[in-house]
Amino acid sequence: MNSETLISINEVYRYYGHYCAVNNVSFTVARGEVLGFLGLNGAGKSTTMQIISGVLTASSGSVSIAGFDIMDAPRQAKSQLGFLPEQPPLYNDLTVDEYLDYAARLRGLDRKNIKPAIDMSKRRCGLQDVGSRLINNLSKGFQQRVGIAQAIIHTPAVIILDEPTIGLDPVQIREIRELIKELGRDHSVILSTHILPEVQAICDRVLVIHEGRLVFDQQMKNLNEEKQDNFINLAFRQSPAPDALENIDGIKGVEQISERRFRVELNAGSMALDNLVRDSVANGWGLIEMSPQTDSLEETFMRLTTGARESA
Amino acid sequence: MKNIITIAAHELRRLFKSPLAWVILAVVEFLLAILFLILLNQFMNPTPWFAGRGVTEIVVAGLFQVSGIVLLLVTPFITMRIFSEERRTGTIKLLLSSPVTITELVLGKYLGTLGFLIVLLALIVLMPLSLLMGTPLDLLQMFAGLFGLFLLMASFAAIGLFVSTLTSQASVAAITTFGVLFMLWIINLASTTGGEVFRAIFSYLSLLKHYDSLINGMLNSVDVIYYLIICITFVVLSIWRLDGERLHQ
Repeated sequence: MNSETLISINEVYRYYGHYCAVNNVSFTVARGEVLGFLGLNGAGKSTTMQIISGVLTASSGSVSIAGFDIMDAPRQAKSQLGFLPEQPPLYNDLTVDEYLDYAARLRGLDRKNIKPAIDMSKRRCGLQDVGSRLINNLSKGFQQRVGIAQAIIHTPAVIILDEPTIGLDPVQIREIRELIKELGRDHSVILSTHILPEVQAICDRVLVIHEGRLVFDQQMKNLNEEKQDNFINLAFRQSPAPDALENIDGIKGVEQISERRFRVELNAGSMALDNLVRDSVANGWGLIEMSPQTDSLEETFMRLTTGARESA
Repeated sequence: MKNIITIAAHELRRLFKSPLAWVILAVVEFLLAILFLILLNQFMNPTPWFAGRGVTEIVVAGLFQVSGIVLLLVTPFITMRIFSEERRTGTIKLLLSSPVTITELVLGKYLGTLGFLIVLLALIVLMPLSLLMGTPLDLLQMFAGLFGLFLLMASFAAIGLFVSTLTSQASVAAITTFGVLFMLWIINLASTTGGEVFRAIFSYLSLLKHYDSLINGMLNSVDVIYYLIICITFVVLSIWRLDGERLHQ
């Protein structure tokens, strides 16, 4: 994988009047990376994406695309950029072919390259059969695909997709996810979504934005690694003696969550669980629950966006 | 430059995709044809009031005079959607995220709209030209008038363009443009009262005054510059407005 930085966002602020929608956001995205952008409604996702794509201007801070600053060299920067806003920017009275032709020209493709570019992006988005139909008459899913086709028609280095799978049926969602994964191989992709499993399925990295601030930035594989089975949640009918759990062979540490609930850390590969069950039966603790602690994306997301402000 | 042409061609193509453009062409042509016939009839059966005036002065200048008023009513409907619709449907984001400057964007849209107005103008001018089959015309006066009509339209379009950058409601843009144009049209009425300076300023500002001298065959640089100033001012204002909007929305 190439580690060339394609998107670099540096201390970006954006105010709407006195309201601060984006507050000191900085991150970089490398080539070949698919970045998932999460946040509640109104957290500043769309604003950030529009700033990256030059639709809005940052109140302060800088954005550069493939090494070109979006304010100082907008032409070079934007020719490396494909953007699908939340609402696909379609002209309903044009046919798909006419629309893609216009999008290709706007992106500065040469006349002789336009036809192959349209064919390529139609093929990638499964639009071969609707080329001569009016966009107005297409279903929502197809319109969404036309929106994606316009964003990739000039094979930009950076692709920004604001909720690309919204309004699609499950089959289409799967196709679009495959497409995004494929695009992620040699482009940088930023996508925002509300569907957490989608992020788990296609993203290499997750950002969570909350109230305009970036509160979480982690590689997906690290997030999954935390899901090791070393932490176990336990619940008993009878609370065991305080140090009884600690004395079990193979248990590294014990944390009491509530009166009858504990979280224990096991030594990897030990027989601790067998010992624990045996002791529970022998002492009549009444083990009623035993589940591996998972620091899943959903839990992380909920923790970051509901109340837990100390993380910000 | 290539971008400007791309946007202008797209604007023109989309105008002709909508029934609005065709209806406007048809209605304008129909109304002006009736007027043309009335003027022609008056010329054929002259009253003393027309004594000493030629066919160009009565029919052609008369037609252009009325065309100016009809265009004042019609241009807002052509310009109303230029930016307001892009904003309402979100397609403006496609344009803003493309490697196209705001200046190219505004100029492209403006030229595309002018292209449509030139088609309209061509249809209008065919009527007086048809008189050439039966009578000689003062072609120079006619071309001065035609040029005047073009400048007038270009000013209407520039004002309409700017107004459409202010709102995302096409109908609001239309009625506002109409209000502004009508005010600039009748502002010279205000010059009938008040002092010397007051009168001079208001009659200079009026779109009508400058147009009158052009259709009567007087090609004054003052009048031409007046229209050019209006066009350039409102195009530049549109550029500023869209540029500023990215920062203060």
